[in-house]
Amino acid sequence: MLMSDKEGRSFSELQLDALREVCNICAGNASIALSQLLLKKIDLSVPRATLLPLTGVNDLVGGAEKQVAGIYLHMEGDCGGSILLLIEKESAMTLAGLLIKQGETPSGDQVVCASALQETGSILLGAYLNALGHLTGLYFKPAVPAFALDMAGAIMSYALADLAAAEDFVLAIETDFQVSGQWIGGHMIMFPDFGTMDIITERLGVPIE
Amino acid sequence: MSDVVTVGLAELKVTDNTHVLASFGLGSCVAVALFDPIRKLGGLAHVMLPESRGRESDLTPGKFADKAVERLAEELVEKGARRRSLQCKIVGGSEMFQIISAGLRAQKAPAAASGNIGARIVEAVKRALEQLGIPLAGEDTGGNYGRTVRFEVSTGRVEVSSINHGKIVL
Repeated sequence: MLMSDKEGRSFSELQLDALREVCNICAGNASIALSQLLLKKIDLSVPRATLLPLTGVNDLVGGAEKQVAGIYLHMEGDCGGSILLLIEKESAMTLAGLLIKQGETPSGDQVVCASALQETGSILLGAYLNALGHLTGLYFKPAVPAFALDMAGAIMSYALADLAAAEDFVLAIETDFQVSGQWIGGHMIMFPDFGTMDIITERLGVPIE
Repeated sequence: MSDVVTVGLAELKVTDNTHVLASFGLGSCVAVALFDPIRKLGGLAHVMLPESRGRESDLTPGKFADKAVERLAEELVEKGARRRSLQCKIVGGSEMFQIISAGLRAQKAPAAASGNIGARIVEAVKRALEQLGIPLAGEDTGGNYGRTVRFEVSTGRVEVSSINHGKIVL
């Protein structure tokens, strides 16, 4: 199977496999960090790599209006792009409860919950980016992660603004995770820019023609 | 009940009075609703960026503020709208992200190239409207939260909903 955008850039199944494998390892690293933080087992899905038009982005994660906690990391350095951690609102509140040890539904301060979630996101996305750096030998400078609790579409479109300046298509590499025995699940999504993909696949020995 | 037609990221759609045009989950993006209330024609663009700087694509005619406003006006006039009756309502352009510092005080996130992007798109849309002499009939922009827009073409009614800020009608 070949996926291509209107500029004729295409990704072979081999290249997508390589990207999926890289993201699998990155997400694995992030899940280890979460596991250590919560002292719980984390289940990870196999990553999905999808080349989709900008208009299709809002169908990711169950619709543009879905309420999610989003932590957004802007990738800078040798390569650019965005990494997002999206957790559905109820999951996010349960997670915040575990983190600040207030039980399952913290009624307390929203800002404290937000801070706990942002910090967790920072640790997870940092671990993700670290693994990406190790695997590719590239230098990534993580920007300070930013937090929002709002509609998924509003969060994703913001994270895509830089990419959209030059592209009509984006590659989304998604990994779902689930905290074992808890109703906590979420998604890690990487939107690499096309230069990043070229570099990553080249480093992995499957350059894009 | 009218049919609801979704206008996704960077899309632009023009239609007659039988439709409701909707954009879901607007963040920094701006929904530009342009309409002729007499001929009952309208269009909606889901704008992601302020300036095209020469870039253009048929796939994403709504992406850049300047091009999107021009294109909306052109397509409406082509369909029979009168240029001098055109009106515009705009929604969105918020700053979605905050960085919560150690002191637990929320700050605006200094995102790199997209810094202040919501406000910049709103400005660019207004500039484009001014150049075409189209009046701004309503606006719900700014803030730090996501919005959904439903634009009833037959009446020019624009309904804005959000998670924590209720419903507004423009």
